[in-house]
Amino acid sequence: MEAMLRIRAALLLSALALLSLLVRSYSQEIQIANAERRIDLTSHIVKVFLTLKVENVGTSPASEILLAFPPSQVDHLALVKAAATVGKRKKKSYLSLDVIPTELPDAPNGTKYFSISLLNPLSTGETATLEVLYILTHSLEPFPAEISQSESQLVYYRDSALILSPYHIKKQTTFFKTPSSKLESFTRVEPTNHAGAELKYGPYENHPPYSFLPIILHFENNNPFAIVEELVREVEISHWGNLQITESYRLAHAGARHKGMFSRVEYQSRPSISGVSSFKHLLARLPPRVHSVYYRDEIGNISTSHLRTDPWKSELEIEPRYPLFGGWKATFVIGYGLPLEDFLFESPDGRRYLNFSFGCPLVETVVNKLTVKVALPEGAKDPSAVIPFPVEQHLEAKYSYLDIVGRTVVVLEKNNVVPEHNSPFQVYYNFNPIFMLAEPLMLTSVFFLLFIACLAYLHVDLSLRK
Amino acid sequence: MVGKAEPVNGSVKSGSNQSIPAAMQSPLKKSDLIPNLSLKTLKLKTKQQELLIRVSILCLVYVLAFITRLFSVLRYESMIHEFDPYFNYRTTLFLTEKGFYEFWNWFDSESWYPLGRIIGGTLYPGLMVTAAIIYWLLRFLRFAIHIREVCVLTAPFFASNTTLVAYFFGKEVWDSGAGLVAAALIAICPGYISRSVAGSYDNEGVAIFALLLTFYLFVKAVNTGSLAWALASAFGYFYMVSAWGGYVFIINLIPLYVLVLLITGRYSMRLYVAYNSMYVLGMLLAMQIRFVGFQHVQSGEHMAAMGVFFLLQVFFFLDWVKHLLSDTKLFQAFLRITVTTAIAVGAIALGVGTASGYISPWTGRFYSLLDPTYAKDHIPIIASVSEHQPTAWSSFMFDFHILLFLFPAGLYFCFKRLSDATIFIVMYGLTSIYFAGVMVRLILVATPAVCLISAIAVSATIKNLTLVARAKNKVTQTGFVRGSSSLKGSSKASLDQSQPFQRNGAIALLLGAFYLLSKYATHCTWVTSEAYSSPSIVLAARGAHGNRVIFDDYREAYFWLRKNTPPDAKVMSWWDYGYQITAMGNRTVIVDNNTWNNTHIATVGRAMSSYENEAYEIMRSLDVDYVLVVFGGVTGYSSDDINKFLWMVRIGGGVFPVIKEPDYLVNGEYRVDKGAAPKMLNCLMYKLSYYRFGELTTEYGKPPGYDRARGVEIGNKDIKLEYLEEAFTTSNWIVRIYKVKPPNNRCPYAGNDVPYLPWVPTVLRYHFQAMFHG
Repeated sequence: MEAMLRIRAALLLSALALLSLLVRSYSQEIQIANAERRIDLTSHIVKVFLTLKVENVGTSPASEILLAFPPSQVDHLALVKAAATVGKRKKKSYLSLDVIPTELPDAPNGTKYFSISLLNPLSTGETATLEVLYILTHSLEPFPAEISQSESQLVYYRDSALILSPYHIKKQTTFFKTPSSKLESFTRVEPTNHAGAELKYGPYENHPPYSFLPIILHFENNNPFAIVEELVREVEISHWGNLQITESYRLAHAGARHKGMFSRVEYQSRPSISGVSSFKHLLARLPPRVHSVYYRDEIGNISTSHLRTDPWKSELEIEPRYPLFGGWKATFVIGYGLPLEDFLFESPDGRRYLNFSFGCPLVETVVNKLTVKVALPEGAKDPSAVIPFPVEQHLEAKYSYLDIVGRTVVVLEKNNVVPEHNSPFQVYYNFNPIFMLAEPLMLTSVFFLLFIACLAYLHVDLSLRK
Repeated sequence: MVGKAEPVNGSVKSGSNQSIPAAMQSPLKKSDLIPNLSLKTLKLKTKQQELLIRVSILCLVYVLAFITRLFSVLRYESMIHEFDPYFNYRTTLFLTEKGFYEFWNWFDSESWYPLGRIIGGTLYPGLMVTAAIIYWLLRFLRFAIHIREVCVLTAPFFASNTTLVAYFFGKEVWDSGAGLVAAALIAICPGYISRSVAGSYDNEGVAIFALLLTFYLFVKAVNTGSLAWALASAFGYFYMVSAWGGYVFIINLIPLYVLVLLITGRYSMRLYVAYNSMYVLGMLLAMQIRFVGFQHVQSGEHMAAMGVFFLLQVFFFLDWVKHLLSDTKLFQAFLRITVTTAIAVGAIALGVGTASGYISPWTGRFYSLLDPTYAKDHIPIIASVSEHQPTAWSSFMFDFHILLFLFPAGLYFCFKRLSDATIFIVMYGLTSIYFAGVMVRLILVATPAVCLISAIAVSATIKNLTLVARAKNKVTQTGFVRGSSSLKGSSKASLDQSQPFQRNGAIALLLGAFYLLSKYATHCTWVTSEAYSSPSIVLAARGAHGNRVIFDDYREAYFWLRKNTPPDAKVMSWWDYGYQITAMGNRTVIVDNNTWNNTHIATVGRAMSSYENEAYEIMRSLDVDYVLVVFGGVTGYSSDDINKFLWMVRIGGGVFPVIKEPDYLVNGEYRVDKGAAPKMLNCLMYKLSYYRFGELTTEYGKPPGYDRARGVEIGNKDIKLEYLEEAFTTSNWIVRIYKVKPPNNRCPYAGNDVPYLPWVPTVLRYHFQAMFHG
């Protein structure tokens, strides 16, 4: 009975959405034959895999496909990637496609769009399969917002049962994957099927463009809600053979806030019930051949960390000084050195470039604000950065040991960074190796002058008496 | 009576000049150094060899003094140690960030809530300014270092400088050999290392350097009668005043020394010049330090210096009159009248000054220095500090080792060759040894004197022995040896060469001396490494498999406070942890290690020793949000709050008579197990320390609630807290933090902070709560 009512309400909503819409001609040229959406809710980073089978039913070839997002999701959208499927079955391969945000003049209810440019325009009657991955952060709302130490964490996830799209969708299915089978409640839109940790909505058939059917999932999620509120990564290049990385983190637990007391005796004696949503370890994946790693904060070294290295990767397991419960914060700094030859290369045109990974080395964390600073050696000129996604850039100057003119620092800033952003970026610059000798020469000349001064002092009689 | 000192002193100077044959004179030096530099002519002259050896020994000692203090950095990390250094570090940080004027005018509202503390007017800024200047200088030279590194290494750096001063002092008092030995001894002496390891960023670190420098410059001034040295000594004194309250020792020792010289008939123009210029300028300079202010003319502790100053003028006047009057009888009469008048005027001035309150009487701390039993009876807050306890013999042995035996020998040598300088060092040694006996921490002040005097003993003995040992096989050199030595012992030794086995005996004794000295070196290294290099913030222990286990609970708790409490939260703890909480936790504290307000500390002591409901009233009145206690029952860490608790009771009871010490004892015995006093089992400190401890098994084969620090099963395992709740406990339970709950809402139905809405059905109240909290 209740379900019926809900469906009615949903239908009413979608009808309203339909009415409010100006049906554009070109969106009618394309329709989606089959859409499958898999939403991964197991961590606090929501990953959505969307498989669209697009067909051109219009008269003219189409070169781009639009993705639509409700405004509430766009704010939390960290990344959108798309790929075209080529080949059948066993010879299947993926070709990544460009995705750029676009504006449409008459978007209903503030809908935001991303357009996928196809490699080959889709001519009339043709179909293509697109794989889309988009990642949402800060989309799980803890409810209740405050929990005590012994409670587990429940969260809300809000979405639509129907895929928001400017195109007509013939058939669609949505799967939700929750971390455990403990599902407190969910909106039923028949046919809905709940089995274990998976929740299936659909298949729904023949929904017009801009159909929207809000649903809400309330489920248990005790995975660490580790959020880095701010991360500053400083990369300092020394042409004497070292790359020094310093990363300062401001970490927070963004899950349900901790309420009441923290009892150590319960935390120690009943780890399975007490503080299940808290976390005390973090894993950082560092490049191989890392050396002189340190882990400290404002008041000194933190002794609880373990470094495991092998020739292919390095893993640093760090423990903040205390376990983090909801709302608790910690700051720390990780620093390490890397051999320069692994990261600095010379391009064919004689320029040098640094090839380094952009994102945060911590596994499964969201960085709200990431700043990457690349300090070039003193005397480097004409820096330029190449990054696979849009970031803000500017230049700074920095003075390190024995610097006179200061080093050029390329500063890259990006908000809402997820582990999928860990792709390499390049910073190109011109450098004359003669500058490497400046500092050693300076030191030797200082010592030389010191000895000269000593000699002079011993040879000159400064006394007034004869 | 007047002017006798001249010939004696003259002989000292010529003596020392003979033993180092003019090596330090510049015209010789410059001709000596050139072959050194060319490195081709390795055949150096004796003087050159001597200079080379001396300079290289000094350089080595300088480096050694620095690196032997780095054990703590190697074992742990580059961090600030103990309690007071955290305050110094925090103020230095403030100074480098905000500049000198802000620092000078700083009113710190983060400590002594709600009173606050005027930092600029209540601290000795010398240390912070020194560190800040070093920091700014290095920054200017583009060394991108953190201020923490500067603070950590300040004490070792100044210890190295102290060795140089000790060398020059030793040279001034005895000869350059004694100076070298003194530098080497003081470089590794545990008594000094205890306060100057890397990270021990405390006033004493620079103050010992300043103290020895002032003394050296003053002795130099007295020896030469030079105005320049006296002024330098005044500036040394100014630095000392800016750095440490121990300057009172200087301002009393130097007048005492002058007085002794006057009494022993060693008054001279040199002394007059040295003391007057040093005292007047030093006093004026010292007044620039706000914390000291006008104490030099207003406080009882400084009156001795002023008295001696006037006495010197009287002496000078008499000397002048004697010079004018040729009649001895007339002079005798004049002398009698003048001395009587001067003493009368002085006594009246002192009496009037004291009576009118212009001259403040001696403080309790000063009394407790003169009388070791004073603090125990009158000032429990001084007596409660372990470093203020009278020194045990074992710690003398621990800190001085063989110097303890060499010290009397050195005194013997000093008395044998009495001069102005040796009188000074003897007086410095004897007074400071007395003070070292009164308080453990003052061993530090005695250390330079003990090292210098022992160095004289070592140097003189070894010199004599080598002379004897070399006398026989190099008969031809005897003449030279005899001439070069000014010591009676050596000449005597070379005179009666007929004694059998003399040379073998000397060699045996030499070997013995080297054995002793090498024992001293190993002892010092061992003590430094084992006892004095632990930061006391991080505790290290041996695990079951011999591995090193680190308890970093203090910083865990402080960092938790820093990150997870409101920025204006007030933390109540015993005063020991005040500086650390403000520096590392960045939160306001009620009391801290600057124990200037006894009542405030007693209030905290009272809260800790009251029942929970009474304590709650006190804590509410002090706006306390969090209570921090240190508890060692899980790890067996013995310097925790339960073991300090009787002092809280005593200090609290000293001001508030409701707190009575016998209430917490059973037959005069302090216990925490079942047989403990009922008040003890229910006071706030007991409850906070042992809250839910009864559920924990700490040791295999022991009942739950077994306190490892005291080795008993606790008496009250069922502790309920009504007004506080556990906010955080560190992983080894060493620090426990409790939150003081807000007062109960008057409304009986609704949950905390939610207004009572009687018309709302109970079902919906949950949503309202969510609304108000979310």
